[in-house]
Amino acid sequence: MSKNKEIESVVVRFAGDSGDGIQLMGSQFAVSTALAGRDFATFPDYPAEIRAPTGTLFGVSAYQINLGEGPITTAGDAPDVLVAFNPAALKVSLPLLHPGSLIILNNDGFTARNLAKAGYDTDPRDDDSLANFQVVSADIGRLNLEAVKAYGLSKSEGDQCKNFWTLGLLLWMFNRKLEPVESVLAHKLRNKPVLRDADIAALRAGHAYGETAELSASVRRYHLHSPDWPPGTYRSITGAEALALGVAAAGELADRKVLYASYPITPASPLLHHLARLGELGVATFQAEDEIAAVCAAIGAAYGGMIGVTGSSGPGIALKTEAIGLAVSAELPLVIVNWQRGGPSTGLPTKTEQSDLYQAVYGRNGDTPLPVVAAATTGDCFDMAIEATRIALRHMTPVILLADGYLSNAADPWRLPEFDRYAKITSRDLPDADDGRPAQVHAFDRDPATWGRPWITPGMPGLMHRIGGLEKDIATGHISYDPANHQAMTELRAAKVESVADYIPPQTIELGPDSGDILVLGWGSTYGPIYQAALRTGVSFTQLRYINPLPKNLASLLARFGTVLVPEMNNGQLVTVLRDRLGVDPVSMTKVSGQPFLIRELVERIQALKSEAAA
Amino acid sequence: MNAVLTPKDFATSQEVRWCPGCGDYAILKAVQKALADVGATPESTAFISGIGCASRFPYYVNSYGFHTIHGRAPALATGLKLANPDLDVWVVTGDGDGLSIGGNHLLHALRRNVDINILLFNNEIYGLTKGQYSPTSRVGTRSPSSPAGSLDTPVSPGQFVLGAGGHFFARAIDTDKAGMSHVLEAVHAHTGTAFVEIFQNCIVYNENVFADFTDRRNAANTQLHLRHGEPMLFGDGKGIRFNPTTYSLDVVDADDDVLVHDETNAVIARLLIDLKMPVALGILFRQPVAGYSARFYAEHPTRFERTKSVADYLAGPNPWVVE
Repeated sequence: MSKNKEIESVVVRFAGDSGDGIQLMGSQFAVSTALAGRDFATFPDYPAEIRAPTGTLFGVSAYQINLGEGPITTAGDAPDVLVAFNPAALKVSLPLLHPGSLIILNNDGFTARNLAKAGYDTDPRDDDSLANFQVVSADIGRLNLEAVKAYGLSKSEGDQCKNFWTLGLLLWMFNRKLEPVESVLAHKLRNKPVLRDADIAALRAGHAYGETAELSASVRRYHLHSPDWPPGTYRSITGAEALALGVAAAGELADRKVLYASYPITPASPLLHHLARLGELGVATFQAEDEIAAVCAAIGAAYGGMIGVTGSSGPGIALKTEAIGLAVSAELPLVIVNWQRGGPSTGLPTKTEQSDLYQAVYGRNGDTPLPVVAAATTGDCFDMAIEATRIALRHMTPVILLADGYLSNAADPWRLPEFDRYAKITSRDLPDADDGRPAQVHAFDRDPATWGRPWITPGMPGLMHRIGGLEKDIATGHISYDPANHQAMTELRAAKVESVADYIPPQTIELGPDSGDILVLGWGSTYGPIYQAALRTGVSFTQLRYINPLPKNLASLLARFGTVLVPEMNNGQLVTVLRDRLGVDPVSMTKVSGQPFLIRELVERIQALKSEAAA
Repeated sequence: MNAVLTPKDFATSQEVRWCPGCGDYAILKAVQKALADVGATPESTAFISGIGCASRFPYYVNSYGFHTIHGRAPALATGLKLANPDLDVWVVTGDGDGLSIGGNHLLHALRRNVDINILLFNNEIYGLTKGQYSPTSRVGTRSPSSPAGSLDTPVSPGQFVLGAGGHFFARAIDTDKAGMSHVLEAVHAHTGTAFVEIFQNCIVYNENVFADFTDRRNAANTQLHLRHGEPMLFGDGKGIRFNPTTYSLDVVDADDDVLVHDETNAVIARLLIDLKMPVALGILFRQPVAGYSARFYAEHPTRFERTKSVADYLAGPNPWVVE
C-alpha cells in the first residue's frame, strides 16, 4: 500500500464524436459541480474540425473535469471515470486511465462499423481488454430516444439529448442534485422550449436509470502512485472479485467443494455473478427463491460436507437470522458475507455504511454468539474469506464476514498473494465408527481446544445421528430440556467463540509508533482514508479485522495510547462493542451520510485531538 | 449392503413422544417398513424436517436426520441434495409447516423438481401450538384462534403441487398400510420431487376430520384406489366417468364407460384431486422427468469438479509487474 500523499479528487472524462455535444455536457457538469460547492478544473480536448468524421479516432472530442474536495489546480492526470460514446472514444482514452477506473459505455455506439473505424478486431466489451476497470455499459442511445420521444424531435435532434441522459446518470452516481443543471438549461434554452424540455427529460431519465439499476460510483477519491508499490505482480480487482476468489481458495485449502447460495440484492449480487464463473475451481452457485432459502441451502450443503456460503446485505441478513441460529445450534460451519449498505429497512441500497455491526455481533434470538470478521480493502476480501472459512471449519460454527458496498464495487491494484504459502484448512478428525460408542455420541465429540465437533456428513456408514434446533444434550446430542444442560450448552457456545481468539493473529500497529498520545482504530473499508489521515498527521493507526472475539492483546495495545479515536460509518457501533468487551472508552467519530470519510475530515479531527493532548 | 435390513433397523433408541393414538405412529411404521422393503440403507438416507408435530419424525428414524426450522426443510434439503446427489433425501412436513410458513420453499422445490421425497402430514390443524386453524382447515373451522369459525379458503395440496409444476402427487391415509406401502415405494423410485399428502388423524385437536372417507366400515364406497392402466372402480359396482359436457367426473355404474387411470394425465389428475366422494387415493399424477440435482451437475461447466487451482486465476487477464 502506498505511503504517498493523496489527491482527493475524482477526474471525469467525457469522450465521443464532436457531434455528440460532449463539450456542452462537460461544461454543464462543471456548472453543477460549482453549484454543489465543490472546486473543479476542466480541460476541454476536442479536434480542430468542428464536425470531424464520426466514429474515427481523430474525430474524438473529449472534456475532462477534476472534481475535488480541496483546492484543485489541474484537471487531473488519469481519469477515474471515463464516459465513452463509441469505440474510438474508448480507444483514444484508454491509455489515460489507471487500473480500477470506472468506464461508462454507450452500447449503441458499439456498432460493427464503429468498431472497425476504431480499429478494433473484437468488441472490447466482450474480451478481457477492460478487465482492469469497472465497466458500466448501458443502451444510452436507445434509452435516451425513449425518454425524449414525446417531444417530436427528429432522430438526430433526439440523439443530441443523450449527453444530458448521461449527465443525469453521472449526477446520480456522484450524489448531485438535478435542479442546478435544470435551471441552467431553462435559462440557456429559454427560446427553444421543446429542446429545453427534451434535454431535461433526458437528464431525469438518466438519473432515474441510475437509481433503478442501483448503480453506485465506487471510485477511489485519492490516487496511489505506482513508484511506491512494493515489487510484485499486480492486477486490478474489486472486493467482490477478490472475495469470490477467496471463497474458492478456501475450498481448495480445505479440499472441499463450495456451494454459494444467494438471492439477488444490492450490493451483494456481484459476488454471486463472479462465483457463477468460477466453476473450474470447484464452486457452484445456487440462486435461491429468497434470502431464507439461500442460507438454508448453504446450511444444507454444509450438512452434506461442502463449504456452504451465503451472502447478502443487511435486510437480507435480517431474514437469514433464524437459520444462522440453527447453524449455531447444529454446530455446522457456514460463512455469511454481509455487504453492508445504509439502513434501516431498505435504507440506501447504493450507499456504503458500516451499520450492521450490532446485527452481526449481537443480532440473534437467544444467547447465540458467533465469530465476526471484517475485510479492510478490496484485496483483503480475499484473505478474510479464507480466514472466515478457516474459523468456520475449525470451530464448526457460522462466521459473519463484514464487507460493504464500497468494497463490492471499487477496484484497486492488488499485489498477488503467494497462494502456495497459505496453510491448509482443517476440521476435527473423524471418529472411528467401530470404536463401540453409539453413533450419535460420535457427532458431538468436540475438540476441547476449539469446541469444534467432527464434521460427520450423511453418507458416512455407522455414524448416523440426528441434529436440530432443539436444545441437545451436551454429550449425546439427544433432545434435552434439562436446565443444567442448557446452562452448560450456553456456556459451551460462548466458550467456542472465545476460543477463536487463541488462533487469530495478535493486533498490530499498522502505522506509526507503538505507543503515544493518539491511536486511530479503524475497521472495514475506511482503511484507505484513515491510513492516509494517520500518515499525514503522524499518529498511530491500527486496523481491526477480527471483531468477535477481539484479539487477546487489543486491550493492552489500546492502553499504550492516551486517546483512541474510532472513526466509523455508523452511529458509534464499534465503540459500543469495545466498551462492552474491554471496558474502554474510545473517542467516537461517526459519519452516516452514505459517503466515505474524507481524509480532510479525519485530519481535522486528529489535529483537534492532538491540540487537546498538548494543552 | 451386507444383510437384508428390516423395519427395526430403521428405528432409533429414542422414545417416541407423539400423543398416544396419533396417526404419526402408523406413518412412522409404514415409512420404516418401506425403507426396508426398497433396500434403503441408514447411512445413505436423510430425513429433513421443519417444525411441528410431524417434524419430530427424523428423531425416530435410524438414518441421518436434521430437524430444522419452521417451513424451511425443502430449502435445506435442496442444499443437501446438491452437496450429495447420491443421498436419498426425505422431507417431512405438515400442513402449517409446508403450506403456510414454508409455502414459498415448497413451491420452488416443486418447480425445480429437486430430487427429494416430501411427505406432508395433513391434519387440517396446528397441533404443536395447540389447535389453531391451519391453511388446509375448512372454512368455518372453530379453533382457539377462530372461535367464530375460520374465513380462509383452504389450500388444496394437490392443486398446489400441480400448479407449482410438480411431477408427482400421491395420497394415502395414515393407517392404511397397503395404500401407504404402495405410495412410498413409488415415491422412493421417483426421480424429481415426489409429493405425498398423507391424511393424518390428530386425535387431540381435530379428531375424525377425515372420518367420512377413512372409516374402514365404509371405505369401499368412499375411497377410490387408483392404479395406472386400470379402470377407476370402487364400492359395489361403481366407477368414475369423465363427463364431456361439464368437464367433471361423475360417479356411474361400473359397466358405463369408466375412465382408465392414466397417471400421466394432468387434466384428469386435477379433477381427481377435487373429487369429493369418493376420495382419490394412490398415485394421482406421475410424469417422471430429470431431477434438479442431475441437471445442476450436468450443466455445471466441470460437473462440479475442481479442475483448476485458484493459483491459475489470481493474475486475471491483465496483470503487471512492479520491479
